[in-house]
Amino acid sequence: MSRFVLRRLMIVPFLLLGIVTISFGISRFISSDPLANIVGERQLNNPEVVNAAKKKWGLDGGLAKQYTTYMGNLFHGDLGTSFRTRQPVTKDLGDRLPATFELALGALIIGGGGGVALGALAASRKDKPTDHAARLFSLLGSSLPVFWIGLVLLFILYARLGWVPGPGRLPPRVAAPPDHTGFYTVDALWAGDVKLFLSCLARLALPCFVLGWAYMGTISRLVRAAMLDELHADYVRTARAKGLREFRVLRSHVLRNAWLPTLTILGYSVGQLLTASVLTETIFQWNGIGSYAVQASNTLDYPAISGVSLFGGAAFLLANLITDVLYAVADPKIRLA
Amino acid sequence: MTASTAGARRRRAARRSLLRRPTVAFGAAVALFWLIVVISVGWWARYEPLSKAGARLTSPSHAHWMGTDALGRDVFTRVLYGARQSLPVSVAVIFFAVMIGTVLGSAAGFLGGFIDSVIMRLVDLTLAFPAIFLAMAIAAALGPGLRNAFLAMVIVWWPIYARLMRAQVLSIKGREHIEAAVSIGATRGRILRRHILPLSFTPALVNATMDLGQVVILTATLSFLGLGAKPPSPEWGAMITEGARFFYQWWVAVAPGLAILTVGLAFNFLGDGLRDALDVKAN
Repeated sequence: MSRFVLRRLMIVPFLLLGIVTISFGISRFISSDPLANIVGERQLNNPEVVNAAKKKWGLDGGLAKQYTTYMGNLFHGDLGTSFRTRQPVTKDLGDRLPATFELALGALIIGGGGGVALGALAASRKDKPTDHAARLFSLLGSSLPVFWIGLVLLFILYARLGWVPGPGRLPPRVAAPPDHTGFYTVDALWAGDVKLFLSCLARLALPCFVLGWAYMGTISRLVRAAMLDELHADYVRTARAKGLREFRVLRSHVLRNAWLPTLTILGYSVGQLLTASVLTETIFQWNGIGSYAVQASNTLDYPAISGVSLFGGAAFLLANLITDVLYAVADPKIRLA
Repeated sequence: MTASTAGARRRRAARRSLLRRPTVAFGAAVALFWLIVVISVGWWARYEPLSKAGARLTSPSHAHWMGTDALGRDVFTRVLYGARQSLPVSVAVIFFAVMIGTVLGSAAGFLGGFIDSVIMRLVDLTLAFPAIFLAMAIAAALGPGLRNAFLAMVIVWWPIYARLMRAQVLSIKGREHIEAAVSIGATRGRILRRHILPLSFTPALVNATMDLGQVVILTATLSFLGLGAKPPSPEWGAMITEGARFFYQWWVAVAPGLAILTVGLAFNFLGDGLRDALDVKAN
């Protein structure tokens, strides 16, 4: 097992280097002039202002010099300063990470749990109405544009029925709880404010569901396929012949064996979760990494764009690595190798 | 001879039973509908997509099936014209992604060695990013516009096909008929062209059908985020952005979303059916 994990770990630095280079490269191929955004259109003709800005934001010198400067700074944990917020990108990302993490965790629970349950249900009722309904539901999750279904559900459940609170992490005119973890739900409990905790939780519900639904589609489809593969195995017939109840057969025998592919699916689909979070955050006015990425792209904020791509690549890489390690732990064939 | 006619008969039967499946029939019907719309909408649409057709923000009625938007334009007409933006772009993205993926993937699989490593590391790197982050960054770097969104999507999408084609070429390379071709002295180019590639396209074809819906969604997504088509043009994602500003006039945003949904579902069903008909194992 250690050899397998070690081999995965060995390529991580190279992939990271590639990710950094690509993130840097993309943002330097920007066609329009970011200076216009920094100093304003009117000041563009003023060489003094322009040169000062170039120097300040590290835009002077050739591409090679900019790259080495960028890499050098990166090793000190410095991703540059955002043109838009005028704050270090690492600080911006750090401030917004808990919001995204809270959302993604909720979606992972809803999407992952729901996906496994739905996939197992569909497999056990193959070709029956339940199967068709479960498959349609999960297919809708992956065919619906996330930003659109977010809007539609917000309109129906919030504006018309009033069942869920509006967008945003906090109720209007309510201050955030004192910062310990950055998770508003946890921080509210920390401060002993149960009312705030409940309202933060309620505000999480819809965005987590929207994000989780998109994720659920992939999971349930693949879990269903993995379970169907197992259902034909001899040991399942044996288990049934012993007179085990069907639920017991599914839970203790089939699902346990279908667990390995499921684990892989869960881990590798985290990228999809990140993708969908960009849109969910935009719709639900969630001040996380996703909406930061959108604002950065719309204002040609180089350092922020590089920082966000780097974050996305690194997060994806980490998720895949954790999946590989878990897989190695869970699968005796690899564990013993 | 008998084998080929039996094969042909089996294929015909598969095709017949394919269209009898309700999901596949639905997918085919929807795809056909949008194809007809793309070709002919200019001849029969009741209104113009870019000019005022009635009062502003009126709810759906007999005159305006999906209401009017903030500038009094007919939403239904705009959704129909939107197909002319989204669908050709998406088909082109898939086409170029398959082309580039085929060339690089089969080169990697067939030639092996150094070329294989270089191409596949490039694939790994591109796939190391969540697609949207990369597409957003590229689209932002190139500047907003549907053409640049198209480029960004091709860059994000080709590695999937390169990986697929490489795996396929590798598995076919080991078959007996290749050995036979080598033994009668066929050149490498001929072997790749005549003996390997014709057998390699099936998984890519199935994947491309399924991906088309996803690309339509991604196109709309980039436009929604302000990185694709720009507002006056009736692109589905851009229309949803406009609709989001008039939250309580729900029809402005709902109509283009339904269009995206039908396309996404249709190609998913078609791809599913195609996979079963061509007997490709899910990857």
